[in-house]
Amino acid sequence: MINTQAAEDAIIKLEDAYKIYPMGSEEVRALNGVDVSFKKGSFWAIMGHSGSGKSTMMNVLGCLDRLTKGHYFLEGEDVSGLNDDSLSEFRLRHLGFIFQSFNLIPQLTVQRNIELPLYYLGWDPEQSAERAKELAKSVGLGNRLDHRPTQLSGGQMQRVAIARALANDPLILLADEPTGNLDTATGVQIIEMLRELNKQGKTIIMVTHEPDIAENAKNILIMKDGVIERIE
Amino acid sequence: MKILIKDTKFLRDVQLGIENLLLHKLRSFLTALGVIFGVCSVVAMLSVGEGASKEAMDQIRKVGSNNITIESVKSREDEATTSTRTRISVYGITYKDFERIEGTFSSIRTAVPVKEVRKQGRLGGNTLELRVVGTTPAWFELVKRPVEAGRVLTESDLVKESAVAVLTEYGARRLLATRGTIGQNLSIGENNFQIVGIVKSEAGSGTDIQLPDLNVDAYIPLNVARSYYGDTVMKRSTGSEEMNRVELNKVIVQVDDLANVESTAKGMEAMLKKFHPKVDYEMSVPLAMLRQAEAQKRTTNIVLGSIAGISLLVGGIGIMNIMLASVTERTREIGIRRAIGAKKKQIITQFLIETVVLSTIGGVVGLCIGIIIPLLIELFTGMPTVITAFSIILPFFISIGIGIIFGIYPAARAAEVDPIIALRHE
Ligand SMILES: Nc1ncnc2c1ncn2[C@@H]1O[C@H](COP(=O)(O)OP(=O)(O)OP(=O)(O)O)[C@@H](O)[C@H]1O
Ligand SMILES: [Mg+2]
Repeated sequence: MINTQAAEDAIIKLEDAYKIYPMGSEEVRALNGVDVSFKKGSFWAIMGHSGSGKSTMMNVLGCLDRLTKGHYFLEGEDVSGLNDDSLSEFRLRHLGFIFQSFNLIPQLTVQRNIELPLYYLGWDPEQSAERAKELAKSVGLGNRLDHRPTQLSGGQMQRVAIARALANDPLILLADEPTGNLDTATGVQIIEMLRELNKQGKTIIMVTHEPDIAENAKNILIMKDGVIERIE
Repeated sequence: MKILIKDTKFLRDVQLGIENLLLHKLRSFLTALGVIFGVCSVVAMLSVGEGASKEAMDQIRKVGSNNITIESVKSREDEATTSTRTRISVYGITYKDFERIEGTFSSIRTAVPVKEVRKQGRLGGNTLELRVVGTTPAWFELVKRPVEAGRVLTESDLVKESAVAVLTEYGARRLLATRGTIGQNLSIGENNFQIVGIVKSEAGSGTDIQLPDLNVDAYIPLNVARSYYGDTVMKRSTGSEEMNRVELNKVIVQVDDLANVESTAKGMEAMLKKFHPKVDYEMSVPLAMLRQAEAQKRTTNIVLGSIAGISLLVGGIGIMNIMLASVTERTREIGIRRAIGAKKKQIITQFLIETVVLSTIGGVVGLCIGIIIPLLIELFTGMPTVITAFSIILPFFISIGIGIIFGIYPAARAAEVDPIIALRHE
């Protein structure tokens, strides 16, 4: 299916992408010339040894970081030269993040955490509360709205994080080791959710160390020393 | 419509800010404490300072800031030599001085000569020690005392040298001379006067800087006073007799314009100096005193203001300190918000609102306590205090200002948090 799609359907495209950190007289090339494109509706697993540049690539794709050199096209728009505000705007409207360590705001309730993107989108409080409730229900936490993250298990926290990532109805979900802090059974639950979301049309890019988890993705990309070693 | 949405958004931000502050009630309270004390001291100090200066100024204003008073006093040299034997000491302002003053300065609207004698007054069976004030009709223009009954002195009284007297209400009551007694005879010393009018006594006390109106006064034409009682007064005290020859006890001058008061005073001073080798007079210029009181007030305000300012500064630094700690503590939260799509500006707004809410609440609480303090001071010490709108509005806006000034830096620090670093797993 992927192969039959036209190249223009690429929702994400890196062109000759470099991320270079100067370290004194040396330099670290976290991305050392990456050319890749991900199509709309695809589900990618990114693998590779520690330090191979996976997180660096995710940060660039997530508009959190800028390339030292090269181009990044997001939905056809070159975002490599955009300023901080425009990148924030892209994150807010088109991207959803899922992190290894969940990254919920501890002092906010589950509902408030899920509402967060809607708050920055300027939704009115009632509508966003309604949407948050819907999303919480869809990840099976409809009865936990007033709980604080610390009162939840790891799996539950990650589900809240997924609900929050979905609040702005993003095209792309970026997940950096989403199962890294979870036991196998819980990890499987989470990956099932991601598969379901992919079926509904979300483009998902996921970093993982576990081959069993990577199996669930439609494509696997393996990185080594800042370049793409192979694609499976 | 758009403004409305914006406003409710702002209100929501404030509400979220308050919610966040309420998560750490004790810390928020301790943080606001600095501003509470600062604002409290500003309000208290302003009202105490204002109260003190108002009291002084009220007294001076009552006298009339357009007026200048010259009083006859014994010069220091005379005071020292007259104590042993009987002799006449001659001092003070003369009729000639008065004429010169009246004739020289075009800036003088009214000049009133005053001659004072203490005499026994008698009406029917009642006697009373009177202060007899020989003066001109201009006196009544100057003091503007309401007439209770009859009339005040007139030019024709002077011209005819009529033996007429105007009593103060208080004195009239003491002599049992009510409204109906106008026209009755009052003997002052050896002489008989017809009571032609009664004027109101001056209300209140402590303002006798120049108005000899406090006690029982009888106002009579100046030339009558002079011809009846002369210029020499004998004062008997144990072992010695003292003769004083004073022509006029006092001259009150009203200047046409405030701007001319000081120059007129200077001119009169120079003129008197020429004819009085010894300084046997005393000039008081209420305007100068007013100016002095105002300058004093400014100084007091600056001193009190700096002290209050320092306490506010300390309060502000306290807030900044806690907010910086809060930014460090909430680095991860900031990173999350940024990753989700919050702009730097929005992070700044969030932290700034928290600081301003904190300092404003501190300001309002401080204001409430600060209003009570002067009331307590007044209650327990009797020191007058005045709470003006200024002394409430100023600290209120200062507390908002402190929130902004000392909140900017922590908020900017928060906005500069790099989400990549903040979100790196611990
Ligand atoms: N801010 C930085 N300054 C300097 N070097 C950096 C910086 N961030 C990353 N690097 C380097 O870039 C390389 C790629 O790092 P990255 O975090 O992308 O690896 P990774 O593939 O995500 O590894 P892991 O599997 O351990 O998460 C590493 O050598 C790392 O040391
Ligand atoms: Mg990584």
